Amino acid sequence: MSVAESSLPLPGIAPDRTGKYRTDHLLVANMVVAGSRVLDVGCGDGELLQLLESRDIEGRGIELSREGVNRCVAKGLAVVQGDADTDLVNYPDDAFDYVILSQTLQATRQPKVVLENLLRIGRRAIVSFPNFGFWKMRLQLLVGGHMPRTENLPATWYDTANIHFCTIKDFVELCDAINVKMERAVALDLYGRPVPLNLPWWVWNMFGEQGVFLLSRGK
Amino acid sequence: MTELKSIASPAIQMEDRAHEADHPSSLVAKFGTEQPLKLDCGVDLAPFQIAYQTYGELNADRSNAILICHALTGDQHVFNTHPITGKPGWWDTMVGPGLPLDTSQYFIICSNVIGGCMGSTGPASTNPATGKPWGLDFPIITIPDMVRAQAMLIDRLGITTLLSVVGGSMGGMQVLQWTAAYPDRVFSALPIACATRHSAQNIAFHELGRQAIMADPDWHGGRYVDHGSHPHRGLAVARMAGHITYLSDAALHRKFGRRMQDRDLPTFSFDADFQVESYLRYQGSSFVERFDANSYLYLTRAMDYFDIAADHGDVLAKAFKGIKTRFCVVSFTSDWLFPTSESRALVHALNASSARVSFAEIETDRGHDAFLLDVPEFFDIARGFLQSAGRARGLKSGG
Repeated sequence: MSVAESSLPLPGIAPDRTGKYRTDHLLVANMVVAGSRVLDVGCGDGELLQLLESRDIEGRGIELSREGVNRCVAKGLAVVQGDADTDLVNYPDDAFDYVILSQTLQATRQPKVVLENLLRIGRRAIVSFPNFGFWKMRLQLLVGGHMPRTENLPATWYDTANIHFCTIKDFVELCDAINVKMERAVALDLYGRPVPLNLPWWVWNMFGEQGVFLLSRGK
Repeated sequence: MTELKSIASPAIQMEDRAHEADHPSSLVAKFGTEQPLKLDCGVDLAPFQIAYQTYGELNADRSNAILICHALTGDQHVFNTHPITGKPGWWDTMVGPGLPLDTSQYFIICSNVIGGCMGSTGPASTNPATGKPWGLDFPIITIPDMVRAQAMLIDRLGITTLLSVVGGSMGGMQVLQWTAAYPDRVFSALPIACATRHSAQNIAFHELGRQAIMADPDWHGGRYVDHGSHPHRGLAVARMAGHITYLSDAALHRKFGRRMQDRDLPTFSFDADFQVESYLRYQGSSFVERFDANSYLYLTRAMDYFDIAADHGDVLAKAFKGIKTRFCVVSFTSDWLFPTSESRALVHALNASSARVSFAEIETDRGHDAFLLDVPEFFDIARGFLQSAGRARGLKSGG
């Protein structure tokens, strides 16, 4: 399974839509200031980039699969075939206002290096990932004794592309460790809808199927 | 030369080719002494002419023109029967009604490069000062010279901004030169299987070809026409060497393997026992029918000199600073002449210039030549890119 295919949500659950656009994409797009420049790493077939461009945001994409690149190009988007692990190093510092990494961090070989690169290339980063602390995951490991599989993460342990799972709590700790400032955090449910609660971290870590974070460079 | 006996002397008359060089079976734009072509070597070339073909109709606001830049051994006959060989156009898989370069939507122009031998001024053309072919008296030309000449043609056609400039290999180099020299005149660019500079390995292969030509006694220091000869053996060897670089190990293996040509056992001679030998000899001998040996020297030299970064303080990104052109860069996995790493270096420079660039690497085992062949994934991205460029430019029928 390629990273491209694992763009949120995974096969099995149709993402919630608000009108024309995916709810989770709208949430991400609302974090981006109009008129800025955005790099979407792992942009799939370019749906989020199209949404951003409709809002006067200049978008660029990186996509692993050639089929995804072809579809983006046909939509008039500027997308480069490439890999988050190997190709981010080739982008200059401060090239973008925002770099978006949607549902891909857990599939990279070096999540920490990738995260550092995101905030080198972009002044801000928007990162989303599936939360391994989600209650269903915990329950499967605790009671079932299996590596967890959910509707959005149906792959078995031996064929999954997701090699670096973490929980929301783990991610927050990584951000602290590498001096990344968390400007906004939202937990989403299985359908990519924001969890309508403003509760302590441990609740999100338990009930958020995925986390979306707006990050900036720490002081 | 028994080993090359199957490289037959050209079947086509030299007079036909010489006639084509001065009086091509194409449209011709003539430029007089008042409009010289200012060459990089310092010479003002005048008079000169450009032979070109067009396909489709230019729309009312002149916004649907696409320039195709041909490769080293290509010419302007993209989508019509070749006047010398009688073969179909070299890119009839890509150009035509309903094809990615859709002649029912776009006005497509392709001109023979300066230095070529199919009607644009080159070493095979008659030097007005002597009444004889230019030969080695022709000034050295560069990729920027070719593009400068094309820009003069585009001016002559009354077109300010091209919807797209498209080309592979040496054609791709011209595409990049267009964007570096005339960024405002190129709305979109599709450079395929190319590089921003010619690598040492590629220069080495070209030198091999040139030495083969110059080692042929029939070359006569480039004055073979005066001697009523043509260095067809040397040119054929140059073509054979070049042709190997256009293919790949996998493609050669799939096409020929170690199969024998019209025999079951080796002949224990230097005859073309293997199919791959026979194929190469055929490639060599058919090439010399349509191509001028001196032209091959000049065009390979032009590619060797090509290095966009060198003209911009060795920083490639500077060549594309602030460019508004939409780029789609395409490479092929098995191309070892212009490998994907070259295209990626270009993409990095374009990214560093904040250019609007897309890039795809097409998986194929067919080597550098893939851009001339039937590769649906490549057609797919070319079509999508050109249609989206057309839409962005407001073409009504832009898909």
